[in-house]
Amino acid sequence: MGRFAKVLQSSIGAKVAMAVTGILLVLFIIAHMLGNLLMFAGPEATNAYAKGLKDLGALLWVARIGLLVVFLVHIGSALRLWRMNQAARPQAYAVSESTMVTYAGRSIVLTGLLVLAFAAYHLLHFTLFATNPEFAQLHDAQGRHDVYRMVILGFRNTAVSGVYLVSMILLGLHLSHGVTSLFQSLGINNPSYNPLIKRLGPWSGVLVAAGFMAIPLAVLAGVLK
Amino acid sequence: MDLTLRVWRQKDGQSTGTLETYQISGIIPDMSFLEMLDVTNERLIEEGKDPIAFDHDCREGICGACSLVINGRAHGGFSGTTTCQLHMRKFNDGDTITVEPWRATAFPVLKDLVVDRTSFDRIIQAGGFISANTGGAPDGNAVPIPKPDADAAMDAAACIGCGACAASCPNGSAMLFVAAKVSHLAHLPQGMPERGQRVLSMVAKMDEEGFGNCTNHAECEAMCPKDISISHIAKMNREFIRATVRGE
Ligand code: HEM
Ligand code: SF4
Ligand code: FES
Repeated sequence: MGRFAKVLQSSIGAKVAMAVTGILLVLFIIAHMLGNLLMFAGPEATNAYAKGLKDLGALLWVARIGLLVVFLVHIGSALRLWRMNQAARPQAYAVSESTMVTYAGRSIVLTGLLVLAFAAYHLLHFTLFATNPEFAQLHDAQGRHDVYRMVILGFRNTAVSGVYLVSMILLGLHLSHGVTSLFQSLGINNPSYNPLIKRLGPWSGVLVAAGFMAIPLAVLAGVLK
Repeated sequence: MDLTLRVWRQKDGQSTGTLETYQISGIIPDMSFLEMLDVTNERLIEEGKDPIAFDHDCREGICGACSLVINGRAHGGFSGTTTCQLHMRKFNDGDTITVEPWRATAFPVLKDLVVDRTSFDRIIQAGGFISANTGGAPDGNAVPIPKPDADAAMDAAACIGCGACAASCPNGSAMLFVAAKVSHLAHLPQGMPERGQRVLSMVAKMDEEGFGNCTNHAECEAMCPKDISISHIAKMNREFIRATVRGE
């Protein structure tokens, strides 16, 4: 068994792997959100940014495969730890009174899996155009893929916007427990900055959700057109 | 006080148990929870019934034997209180009180409210010890220990191994217990020789015994009768990372 696989076998090893992959996923999410917010800077900024990403070529594929591996380690560890936890208490209490457990904390596996389902749909929608083949035909005056128009047209469909809005709330809930949690998993716990760490999770959840939700909301409100 | 008790009754590890209801009257508010059960048991014996089995020893909050989930909370959930130190004045006349055993795969029920906690002993055997030389006892003051480390070790050493952390954790995780032991010895020079191997072995044993793992709810900290802080779990995680990075 390789060193890495052996560490992942241990509960704490898997927790540390979840925290490290969690940080990488959060960094990806923040970068993705900032890129999306270029929609507010107009079609030129958005389409140029999208072209810039596509032009990375081989580098883009390295990033995509890296992200996939990170996702798989995060989800694989999550599901293994979750199974261990389910098996650790086969008989439930007749009366159970938790005092500390939050909604975001209790539902972290569920929100994670729903975010995963959303990610699959999102790729089929805006990356592979499987749901809307006409998106592939959109080009701007410079002949670039017109990502700006695609997003506007995509979000004018209220059902589609609804899926995005709900999913971003779920992602926000996930981060609100996850981001605070990752510090403890990495052994970072100190009275002088614990109050900050406690707030970092909920705040990052709110900011990430708000940043992503701004775009479908702006399209529905007619601010972006 | 007149109370309605709902108590988990289970003949042995093989049987399936059930919650039985008992009406009990004449309870004095100054009685401890265990004394209230003693009174209940005397009446059951007078009626020719099987008394309720429950664990207890010191009855002064230091041995960790008493172990009841009372109204869904380990040791009743009163800050810094073991079941034996819980007084009936915390309840009201006419209350219905539900009493269940610790529930965890690694704590199988032996009878009624008594569970087998030898899984904790096996975790201690895996690494919760230090090497000591034979010979004359060394001068206790010969080894300097910084005050913050001595304090942290002392706080961790307050753990009485009761298992309330694993019983109250939604994941059935014993990490607060294991962390208290790891952190206690990792703060002291006497714990240094086995430092890396200790955390790896104890965590591996904890997993093997079928305990869950921490998702940072901190329910254990709220229920622990010795107020062990989850900062010790962070310390255990640091010890684990250190030992892993060093390839121990
Ligand atoms: C964009 C996607 C995602 C991001 C940004 C993200 C981020 C995070 C972060 C930062 C943590 C904290 C790690 C820790 O506790 O040390 C975490 C925990 C977790 N994540 Fe994710 N995650 C994502 C997707 C997923 C998915 C798809 C699943 C699928 C099951 C998942 C399941 C979990 C679970 C179970 C935890 C454990 C939290 C705990 O300790 O209570 N995550 N996530
Ligand atoms: S950490 Fe607290 S709850 Fe857990 S075994 Fe020790 S004293 Fe009991
Ligand atoms: S009986 Fe010893 S701690 Fe309660």
